[in-house]
Amino acid sequence: MVGLVLPRLVSFEGAPRRSASVAERNLTALRSAYWLVLLSGFLEPVLYLFSIGVGVGALVGDLTLPGGQVVSYAAFVAPAMLASSAMNGALSETTFNFFGKMKFMKLYDGVIATPVQPFEIALGELAWAMIRGSLYSAAFLLIMVVMDLTTAVRAVAAFPAAMLVGVAFGALGMVVSTLIRSWQDFDLMGSAQFTLFLFSGTFVPAEAYPAVLRWVVELTPLYRSVHLIRAICVERSGWSWLLDVAYLVVLAAGMLALASRRMGRLLYK
Amino acid sequence: MVDVSVAERARPGMARVPALAVLAHYLVGYRRTWRAGVFSSFLLPVLTVLGFGVGVGAYVHRGVEGVPYLEWLVPGLIASTALQVAMAESTWPVHSNFKWIRTYHAQVAAPLRIGDILAGHLAFVLFRVLTSAATFVLVTALFGALRSPWAVAVLPVAVLLALAVAAPTFAISAAVPSDSYLALLFRFAVIPMTLFAGVFFPVASLPEALRWLAYATPLWHGVDLCRAATLGVAPQWSIAGHLLYLAAWAAAGWLLARRVFQRSLVV
Repeated sequence: MVGLVLPRLVSFEGAPRRSASVAERNLTALRSAYWLVLLSGFLEPVLYLFSIGVGVGALVGDLTLPGGQVVSYAAFVAPAMLASSAMNGALSETTFNFFGKMKFMKLYDGVIATPVQPFEIALGELAWAMIRGSLYSAAFLLIMVVMDLTTAVRAVAAFPAAMLVGVAFGALGMVVSTLIRSWQDFDLMGSAQFTLFLFSGTFVPAEAYPAVLRWVVELTPLYRSVHLIRAICVERSGWSWLLDVAYLVVLAAGMLALASRRMGRLLYK
Repeated sequence: MVDVSVAERARPGMARVPALAVLAHYLVGYRRTWRAGVFSSFLLPVLTVLGFGVGVGAYVHRGVEGVPYLEWLVPGLIASTALQVAMAESTWPVHSNFKWIRTYHAQVAAPLRIGDILAGHLAFVLFRVLTSAATFVLVTALFGALRSPWAVAVLPVAVLLALAVAAPTFAISAAVPSDSYLALLFRFAVIPMTLFAGVFFPVASLPEALRWLAYATPLWHGVDLCRAATLGVAPQWSIAGHLLYLAAWAAAGWLLARRVFQRSLVV
């Protein structure tokens, strides 16, 4: 699947430029109030961090990680908030907004009349989602460093990891968009998202779940993302995060290839 | 009912209580769409109880205010579910009835007064809140998370809380120029309220200034009442005070919403 994606990325001379123009359109189309919605998007995970990490953290006290390391509850929860905010940011841009543009605004019907191809639309929208998501991630990591929940060096390393999480979920979101039938299906998607948010080792270590649930959780993309970012932000040692990186790269590449194929089928009628 | 002639039934008459006709309109629509929302309004709160109450509760060894975390959290979640459902039903749907579907414009052309249109739609919002809260109470009773038979008092409290937030929100949703403002309303009011008004941890542990902000939110008053009811203890504030405060929000919201509706619907 990587073989399908990479050559196209490299060989088409104008493809990056054409993808960039899709992202550029989104920037041009921003209106006044929506700017505020975009800018304030980083607030949500911060509020969760203060409420759950600090507020509930005062009730929980310190937590012992599976490796035996003892961390404060806020330090345990913060990486999970970063991972889920990367997921939510990428998904809201590539599902709700993407679906609206594709099915209701018929935006891409116009776009494919230009030299831009479906694959480049997918890439451009993903790039736009990444720009938005990376701003949130950077702001959140800064707050984590200020609150002494991680070190500056670890935060710098966690930034590309959060980007990878965003790309993987963004690509997944685009596939979901091509499958969704109507706005009602978003309710189902939102529920799935919230369920992942609750049960991905976000608030308690996955080791605390019953065995069956635990192994299901281990396979979900958000758990792998939380695991990856937590390993970078707080844990002392171990290489198990390499598995998470591999998982997310394969997911991103596979979903991107699938999304562009399905979009081509939907748009070239 | 029995003696109504065919001619009389065919004549489009006026309902005795016009607001009920408006309510019936929303119920008919809901009969077709309830399945899509059933997951988010019923199952998600249950998952929150499991994931958060049971999951995190296992790590809260000392409990909160002398009560196990799960039992302490559940009434808060009932109140916050009432808030979420009330807000979801009184933001985009109301805005859309003005801007996109224009249901209100059609209704105002019928022999309905502004008060009927508003009361009918609000009644539907309360119906949604009541059914969600009732399901929540039933499910958490099965978890054994309710301590007192007073828990049934949670239902009228949930309805009052819903009215206190839905009425002013109707006014806001009618007045804003675009739905981006509704997203901002959630971000700057609903989510902070849910996170800091005593649902997940006691308000007393907030810094002084934030504490007073939390006490000012309608949600805190709902949470305190619900918690007193399911635990079977006295609330932190007087019951009458709580009820009056919520009623004041509802009344002010109603007046405001009526004014905004009047201005945008009556030419």
